Amino acid sequence: MKAATHTPDMLRFLTAGSVDDGKSTLIGRLLYDVGALYDDHVASLRSADADEDADLDFSLLTDGLRAEREQGITIDVAYRYFSTSRRRFIIADAPGHEQYTRNMATAASQADLAVLLIDARLGVSTQSKRHAFICALLGIPRFVVAINKMDLVGYAEERFREIEAEYQEFSVRLGLGNLCFIPVCAVSGENLVRGGENMPWYAGPPLLSFLEEVYIAGDRNLVDFRLPIQRVVHLPGTFRGYGGRVASGVLRSGDEVMVLPSGFRTRVAALSTGMEAVHHAVAGQSVTVALEDDVDVGRGDLLVHPGNVPQERRELEAMLVWTGDESLVPGDVYLIKHAARWIKARCEAIHYRVDPNTLRREDADALALNDIGRVRFSLFKPVFADEYRKNRILGSFIIVSTTTNDTLGAATIIDRTDYDAELKTERALPLRSNVVWHEGQVTPAARAALFRQQPVTLWLTGLSGSGKSTLAFALERRLIEAGHACFVLDGDNVRHGLNHDLGFSPRDRAENIRRVAEVARLMNDAGLIVITSFISPFAEDREMARQIIGPDRYREVYLSTSLSVCEGRDPKGFYQKARAGDLPGFTGISAPYEAPSSPAVTLDTGAHSVEQCLAMLLRQLADFIKDRS
Amino acid sequence: MKEILSLTVLDELEAEAIQIIREVSAEAERPVMMYSIGKDSSVMLHLARKAFHPAPIPFPLLHVDTDLKFPEMINFRDRMAREIGFDLRVHKNRQALETGANPWDMGTVRCCGFLKTQALLDALREGRYDMVMGGARRDEERSRAKERVFSFRDLHGQWEPRRQRPEFWQLYNTRLHDGESMRIFPLSNWTELDVWRYIAREAIPVVPLYFAAEREVVERSGQLIPVGEKTRLLPGERPERRLCRFRTLGCYPCTGAVASSAATVDEIIMELQEVRLSERTTRVIDHDQDGSMERKKREGYF
Repeated sequence: MKAATHTPDMLRFLTAGSVDDGKSTLIGRLLYDVGALYDDHVASLRSADADEDADLDFSLLTDGLRAEREQGITIDVAYRYFSTSRRRFIIADAPGHEQYTRNMATAASQADLAVLLIDARLGVSTQSKRHAFICALLGIPRFVVAINKMDLVGYAEERFREIEAEYQEFSVRLGLGNLCFIPVCAVSGENLVRGGENMPWYAGPPLLSFLEEVYIAGDRNLVDFRLPIQRVVHLPGTFRGYGGRVASGVLRSGDEVMVLPSGFRTRVAALSTGMEAVHHAVAGQSVTVALEDDVDVGRGDLLVHPGNVPQERRELEAMLVWTGDESLVPGDVYLIKHAARWIKARCEAIHYRVDPNTLRREDADALALNDIGRVRFSLFKPVFADEYRKNRILGSFIIVSTTTNDTLGAATIIDRTDYDAELKTERALPLRSNVVWHEGQVTPAARAALFRQQPVTLWLTGLSGSGKSTLAFALERRLIEAGHACFVLDGDNVRHGLNHDLGFSPRDRAENIRRVAEVARLMNDAGLIVITSFISPFAEDREMARQIIGPDRYREVYLSTSLSVCEGRDPKGFYQKARAGDLPGFTGISAPYEAPSSPAVTLDTGAHSVEQCLAMLLRQLADFIKDRS
Repeated sequence: MKEILSLTVLDELEAEAIQIIREVSAEAERPVMMYSIGKDSSVMLHLARKAFHPAPIPFPLLHVDTDLKFPEMINFRDRMAREIGFDLRVHKNRQALETGANPWDMGTVRCCGFLKTQALLDALREGRYDMVMGGARRDEERSRAKERVFSFRDLHGQWEPRRQRPEFWQLYNTRLHDGESMRIFPLSNWTELDVWRYIAREAIPVVPLYFAAEREVVERSGQLIPVGEKTRLLPGERPERRLCRFRTLGCYPCTGAVASSAATVDEIIMELQEVRLSERTTRVIDHDQDGSMERKKREGYF
């Protein structure tokens, strides 16, 4: 039922493996088994003299260049497309050979997820370490390690666990976040689309199910609005606007904006996506913005919100993948492209090079083709940039030769003082080993089976005094009594600890909600039912919470109790203070409350008893707490 | 009013394509957009309008005509140019046409070489265009699947697939020396189904040949070949009227129709969800020889 109303989103993933790890077979088999190959393509995978039953040579599918077919290796990225009812997928099939690192980095810069292949017989090779390192460097947030050719090791769980442990140890040093290990047999298709009949010891999902379900919406930065202007749209005497693609955040018609670098402030007069006017634009959208005042804006300028401005930098500290035939040498001048600007820059220093096989740092006078290192550039003009980990678009740049025009490198910006932002190379310690270890081993299905429930977050929103806490705690007690694992995240309680540093400005409220949503998501991941009790007055913040927690797990409960009823209750005396002007920014009195437009359930505690409201909430939960046994 | 902050697949593809088109127009000295009149060109044209609305499209659209296009295509092209008001340039290899170039006498490979590849290269040279947008998609063919969004061409318009510039994030390296050029593919990540869904969503006009109707065809090695003005029938062939439509459009001697009753965009979308053959099976030129598309692309074909 859920699948029918679900709008498919897009997942871009990269596949990488060493020669003969079976990558082409894995992709080909995956596409074949989901029915994504046309009959004439399948026919072309059989050599002319082979009969109908002959094995298909899937490498002919992905290796699209003659040189690749002749040499039997992948030279450049191939893109493949398929979709299921849940998701649209773009596979970037990347070469694993060291000499084609730049092509792999091309694929990695666009990916939401990496599928890294390992041959079960050979275990973790130096090549597979290098693949993981490059993916980590370019900020791919999650990884699937597909341990292939399980048939050739007798489908042995011990071998799988052995490789998994070895990989874990390595990945911890890289600081890889979300790792999932799947034993597969690409030739037979086991654990790709269907399960693995020869591996009953593996309780996790097949690869496709994992790819369909993995949560990615939280990758988008919806907080820090940035719009690099690509082009002025000008119709003399009639219209002047600015075209660009929103890098992050949300822009609304009427918003106050600041133009960088000039610092001019004005407001958004109108927003459109082509012929249609729109009320707002979000990260990833291409828009045209008209401003209220006639200010000077040109290509390369940046629109931001005045309260949230990126750092102005005259130097860029960065991790760098060097892709040029000529070497990077300190003192040399290059062109860099950052967002929609070209600027000249001088390489001031190479701090070190990283050996991707050992992750050791070494001193370097120059970076040669396929080298990776940490560098500093000084800029001929300052730029406004974010750190890469906060903003993939404002935090990245490319380096181009001033003579050959070749693309020489890809760089990710890090804060100079922020050593945490660096990849965990040699000098860092494996602090996160326990976290990483457990994530890969226990599946959501296993947790659901243990607790006999599906995790869900009931998000209660409404005015102060509308009864959120009362209902949340009553419901928690009811659920615990019935044997369910659940927890209440309460607005007041959270502000004592986790969020004690936040106030009540719209920005702090947003951060409050973001943190709570992340905690709720963790608790859901742990298998718990979560009930939150926050005024959460802004639709945008609730949408962010929905995205973080996941639309499938988020249920919005609107307490519609009227202001007069709430004010009459005034359990904490806040309304009285607010009316007296002692509480600025108090929701309902001196700050707005944006009522949800389509909550899962609406409860008016002024009209219904606590018992009636509880019954309605339990009905909402029925699908999640049904015993599955 | 509920604010929707998530993007659909079509939203994302549209945003990416508009970004690419704007980047070309901002960074090229002499940009041009290829206009082949087909469904992909129609989508690309629509995206170009959106990118610059309410201003007009700030670059010309170029059609390489072979005199072997369906008459419906030429009518549609001229109607669009009139209604939308874009700067249409038409180029033909007049010399080859005057000497009677055609696929029946010289074969499809040589005919394409003269009337399409050569004509294109001449037109690009005459226009001194440095950035040329085309509607090719990576899902069409395996060598296309390898191509960058901004694809570098040397002084002779040639593609070197083993030495492509890496392409990171959305940071396109548009730098060129005099005489070098780029082919840019805003629809790189679209599939055939995306194109039709977008046509439906945005109500984009397309050539009526895409919709099923009774048409005069002959069946030749499993393909329905339309009978046009100059078509030569093989011994024993008799034209017949069949309910069919075109899945791709090109020159009529080299474009096969498919038996179909899909007469609306929605019916086409439904048909495509079931179809078992790729769209390029209807192009006679692609399967002349192994790797033919890669070879033609190296020489400068789109």
